[in-house]
Order: sequence, then structure tokens, then C-alpha cells
Amino acid sequence: MPRMDLSFSAEDEAFRREARTFIEESLPDDIRAKADIDAPFSPQETMHWHRLLFERGWVAPGWPKEVGGPGLSATQRFILSEELELAGTPTLSPFGLMMVGPAIIQFGTPEQKARFLPKILSGEEVWCQGYSEPGSGSDLASLRCKADDDGDHLIINGQKTWTTYAQYADWIFCLVRTNSEGKKQTGITFLLIDMKTPGVEARPMLTLNGQPAFCDTFFENVRVPKANVIGKIDGGWSVAKALLGHERTLLAMVGLSRRLLRRIKRIAAETTVGGRSMLETPQWRLKIARLEIELEALRMANYRAIAGAQLGRAPGPESSILKLRGTEINQQLYELAMEIMGHDALSWYNEDGVIPAMEQGIAPNFCYARAGTIYGGSNEIQKNIIAKWILGLPSGK
Amino acid sequence: MDFEYSSDQKMLADTVKTFVKQRSPVERFRKLREAEQPWDPEIWAHMGELGWLSVPFPEEAGGFGGGMVEVGIILEGLGKALAPEPYLASVVLGGTALQRAGSEAQHERWLTPLIDGQAVIALAHAERASRHDVREPGTTAERDGSGWRLSGEKVFVLGGFQAHQLVVSARTPDGLGLFVVEPGDPGVHRQPVKTIDGQGAARLRLDGATVGDDRRLGEPGDAALGVLRRVLDLGAAAAVAEGLGVAQAMLDMTVAHLKDREQFGVPIGAFQVLQHRAVDMFVEVQLLRSMSILATVRADEADDELRERSVSAAKAKLATAGRFVSQQAIQLHGGIGLTDEHDVGLYFKRMLALNAVLGDEQFHVERLAAQPGFAA
Repeated sequence: MPRMDLSFSAEDEAFRREARTFIEESLPDDIRAKADIDAPFSPQETMHWHRLLFERGWVAPGWPKEVGGPGLSATQRFILSEELELAGTPTLSPFGLMMVGPAIIQFGTPEQKARFLPKILSGEEVWCQGYSEPGSGSDLASLRCKADDDGDHLIINGQKTWTTYAQYADWIFCLVRTNSEGKKQTGITFLLIDMKTPGVEARPMLTLNGQPAFCDTFFENVRVPKANVIGKIDGGWSVAKALLGHERTLLAMVGLSRRLLRRIKRIAAETTVGGRSMLETPQWRLKIARLEIELEALRMANYRAIAGAQLGRAPGPESSILKLRGTEINQQLYELAMEIMGHDALSWYNEDGVIPAMEQGIAPNFCYARAGTIYGGSNEIQKNIIAKWILGLPSGK
Repeated sequence: MDFEYSSDQKMLADTVKTFVKQRSPVERFRKLREAEQPWDPEIWAHMGELGWLSVPFPEEAGGFGGGMVEVGIILEGLGKALAPEPYLASVVLGGTALQRAGSEAQHERWLTPLIDGQAVIALAHAERASRHDVREPGTTAERDGSGWRLSGEKVFVLGGFQAHQLVVSARTPDGLGLFVVEPGDPGVHRQPVKTIDGQGAARLRLDGATVGDDRRLGEPGDAALGVLRRVLDLGAAAAVAEGLGVAQAMLDMTVAHLKDREQFGVPIGAFQVLQHRAVDMFVEVQLLRSMSILATVRADEADDELRERSVSAAKAKLATAGRFVSQQAIQLHGGIGLTDEHDVGLYFKRMLALNAVLGDEQFHVERLAAQPGFAA
């Protein structure tokens, strides 16, 4: 009787070694030095790593071969992502590679594919996302950023917010209102806008980690050719919905959280209280162990989801929990790290060198990790979706 | 990686489902729980005919040669309907202890009747003083002529009051030994004990009980202790699989209640606060299902650290997920959940029992954290 098998195939293990070797050999020393202490990467460093992955052919693992993807299996894509996370490499901007790219691949014209995809791959053009507005967060479909018809063009007026790293972006993909009649979802259009167009202005703001990660992005009479509409005019909501289902098996951040857990153990091992390392102190050790068990359960759920994807199956109930639990556990790990650090948790970027390097970066990252349960559909919205579509509960009150 | 059931495993799962639906709805357990004989010998014999009682035993011992994944499929199904037959207690605990420590002659004598559904074998390892640590039992076994004299007390022996044989762990001069004791042996006192979940257990007092050397299973010492520890890992993994069935049933029951029960003019499942609680339960059940797979696949792994790590992680997860799901199931049912007439309370109590036996949360978190690889 064939047995369930929790191990990766020999072929996949060989791929894991290949990925690990590539990262070891290719990650530039200055980036590695920062990775070792979780220091924030500059946009230049992130783009440098982007180009190295591009040259290796691994920058867009999920893309089909005919548009420049490497033709990796779902399992191999997961392994690559896990190895990149475990090594602490810079997280590439997802907006081009994971969001607008797949949207263009699925809904774009041949001209749009030829125009945009190669430069997303090479990193020549950097993208940001214009979804949320000051009045439209979780209720995204209520968005009001207006697109008026002007022959071959649309004229955009309005504001987008939380546009992450818009100040460095060459292009923005937006959901704009082309029609105010009927259901709010039906009058939305998915539109690509060149950030250099007159009337576009991105104003950065600081986020909790002290970095200018977010922007308010304003549009004042911005003329955009209709050729930049992805899908149909008024049909943008279905493009946006299709994106949500993309690569859901990579949302659990298992690699990042495993790396963080290792770091927590190291901090605990090297921090002594009353002559005893915190890792040898039962109450701390068991606290870490409890979180490790939660992470292990998430990892197994993630493996189940990948095995399903590998068989070409639509994401099942097991994959709906990955974003939810993955972001929660990541936050809990940062919280535990801060707790173990004690007074050192008061430190900021440690420019004055008062805390050990292994603790550097934890505090700002702890702050920014709060984003995880908010972005990509807040966890509360995720729960609404599971309640309705998986548990079949009536429409919410 | 492969998380798919084979066609045989799918068939087994279907058979269990059909059996539970046709012959073992929860009402059956409800009626039996107050009886002195809290399960049905006819059903036990039927399980023997279906081949279920032979699943984890190798073919040379008359078994089916299956593994813990198959055992897990059966127990998840039985857990969903609270079938009270002592599958975990007798097949997984008593049976595998006998099979792994015993000789061929002993298999023929005691294991064959179990496989046929004619007998029940219990494992008497738990003692008050040692909690979940089985290494040094207070019960002793001394040489007595050609046989042995056993003294001590075992508590909450699962399936123990109806068992035909009890596999007893005892300290000998050479280390831990395993012995088969029968209720009629001189000096054996057995008393039925009501348990919280209504499935029943026994207290076993050995008052200088004398048995022949043919009752000794293997050699006392590291070999016997090794068998006992491996068997308890099988048991813990089996408890996770049964607990998964219990948790899934409670989730299903709660979601059905949320759709059905109306207050303020709407089904209460329309209220977001209750929807999110139900989703939290769903998430825990999904995680528990993932851990049940891990535990059943690794339960018989020869590498001690890998096995203990996996089983302990899963059994600890049964504690946290099981506690959350069963407590919230009662909460979301409201007043009716407190009544004995509603099934949800029966599941709640079975979950408590599964978490209290075979290592509780604290035991398993400590064991996981004590693995050499934990700090590496």
C-alpha cells in the first residue's frame, strides 16, 4: 500500500541544494552582512539582488515559460521561496512580479505583454500598487478615483494611499472608477499609469519602522492612453479578484518565520540571566517551544497546500488559512524576540552600537510586522471570506 | 511529498464512514455510556470481521501489515461518532505492546483472539506518582520460583475493566519489564472506574499477583522500555487522529447550529463576531489535520528524535486546538450546549479525555524542547 510521504523527492531535494548553492555563491557580501543582522536593505540593494535573480532566470518563478518564467513546478517554487527567505535575502517588490505581471499575463493583449513583461523581469521598470484610497480600505469597491473618457485617453483625478514605495516606482497599476452607475464593483477599471505623466505626485510618509515605506499618491488631470487598460473598461474588478488567488501557497512566510525562530533561539542562548542562558531557562525555553509547534503546524498546512497545487488542484480550505496564520505567527515571533531582548527592545536602529548585532533590526521589524495582518485583505476580511465561501455562513451583519 | 490517500486508504475511509452512519450514530454511545459494559461486543466482533483490528500488525503476526495512517483513518472516523469500542486502548496500546514485545507463541495465544474481535487487551502503564513518565514505575515484579510476583497499582487503565488480558509495566531488578496479567490471576484486583468521557477504565491493584514466566513479554530492560515508549508514541499519534475526528465533528455541529438558530430575526451565523469565532475554530481544525498527518506518518519512525519531535508537536497541538475548538463549540451553542441531551457536550468530554491521556500538553512541550536538535 503506498504511503503518505512527507519528504521531498530526490529531484526536489537536488533543486533545493541548487538554490542554496546559488544563494551562497551569488548573494553580494554587503547584502549578506545586512541579512545577517536583519538590517533594512536600500532600494538599490534590493534591485541589485533582483538583477542577480533575473540573470539566473529565477526572478519570476511563477510565470509561464513563454513569457520568461523558469518553468518550475509548484513545489520547486515553494522551495526557492523558502530558501530565499531562510537566507534572509532582500524581499523583491511583489507589485511587478507577483501582481501586475500575472494580471498582464492573464488579461493583457500581445502588445501589452511585449511592452511591459520584459522590463518587469529585468527590473528596468519598478511598479507600485494603487488600490486603497482615503475612503476605501477594506471596502475597496467603494473607490472613487475617477477616470473620465476623453477619446483615446482617460483623464484621472483622485488620490490613492498606502502606495508602498511609490516614490521609487516607474509605473503604478490602479483601480479607477470609470462608471458610477449600478453595482459599485462593475464600474471599476484596471489601469497602468506611468509615474512620470504630468499630474502624478507621490508624497512619502514614514511608517512605524521609521522608513518612508508608504506614499499618498495624487492624480490631477492625468492623461492615460486607453491602451493601458488591462482587460475591459469597467471590468477591472474581475482582474483584481483573479490576482488574489495567485500564488496563495507562498503567503505563509514559513521560511521567514523559521529564520526568525532560529534567531530567537540564538538571542536566548547568548543572553544570560542570573548566570543562566535564557534558552536553558525552562519558562523561556517552553515559550519558544510552544511557538515552534504552532509554526510546525503552519508548515505542514503549507506543505499540504503545495502538494495540492502540484497536482494542479484549485486551492482548498487548507490554503485559505495560510495568510491568516502566517502573518499572526510572524507577529508573535517578533513579539517573543522583543520580550527576550528585555531592555534591548528599547533600541532603535542601533547606530550607537549599544546592543549586540544579533538583536539589531528586531525592534523596527517588530513594528513593521503589524502590516502583515492588514495588507492583502486584512485578516478580518480574510475571515469574512472563509465564513462565507468555506463555512457557508449567511451574509454578515 | 504526497498527502493523498491511496485507493485502498480511500476505500477504508469510505467503509468507516458507512459503518458509522449505519451502525454507530452518536445515540449508540449515548445509550451505552451508563452501562457496565460501555461498548458492544458484537460491534467489536464486526470490526474484527472487517479486518480493522488487524490493521497495525505485521502479516507474520496475523495482521494486515498497515501503518498508523490507516489506524488514523479508522480512529478519525470513530471519533466523529464517538464510537466507544476500545480501538485505541486495545489495538493501538495493548495490542501493539503485546505484538512488539511478545513471542510468536504469545501472539498466537493472545493477539489472534484480539484480531478476530473475540478479546480485548489493555495496557496498564499509568500510575499516580509518575504522571506521564513511564520509565520507572512504582509497580514491581520479582522472581517467584519459576514465575513472577507483581505488586503495585495502575490507574485509569483504558478499556481495562473489560479486558481479557492486561499488559502491565513493572520494575524488575533488570529494568522495566512487561507482563501479561489476567483478571482471574491470584492477587489481581480490578475495579471499574467511571471516566469523564463515559468510556470507562479500570483501576488495577496487584497484590503480590503471581504469574508464570510465560506471561513475561520479552526481556526486561532497555528492550521492554523501548517497546513501551514506541507504543506510547503510537498511542499519542492515534489520540491525535481520534481527536481530529472529534474536533471536526464539533466544528461541523457548530456551523450547522449557527445557520439554524435564529435570534433578533436572523440566523446567528450572520453576526460577524460569531462568524469570526467559527473561522478561528476552522483554522485550528485545519492545523490539527495537518499535525495529525505528521503524527501518523512519523509515529513509527525509527529515528527517536524525529519521531518524538513530530508526535509531541502533534499531541501538544491537539491540546491547544482541541481545547479551543471544544470550548468555543459549547460557547457558540449557548444554553443548549450545557445540557446533557445535546451531543456537543459528549464530544467536549471526549476531547478532555484524549488530552489527559498519553502525555498532556505540558509533557509533550517539555519533551519537544528537550530534544538535542531543539537548541541547535
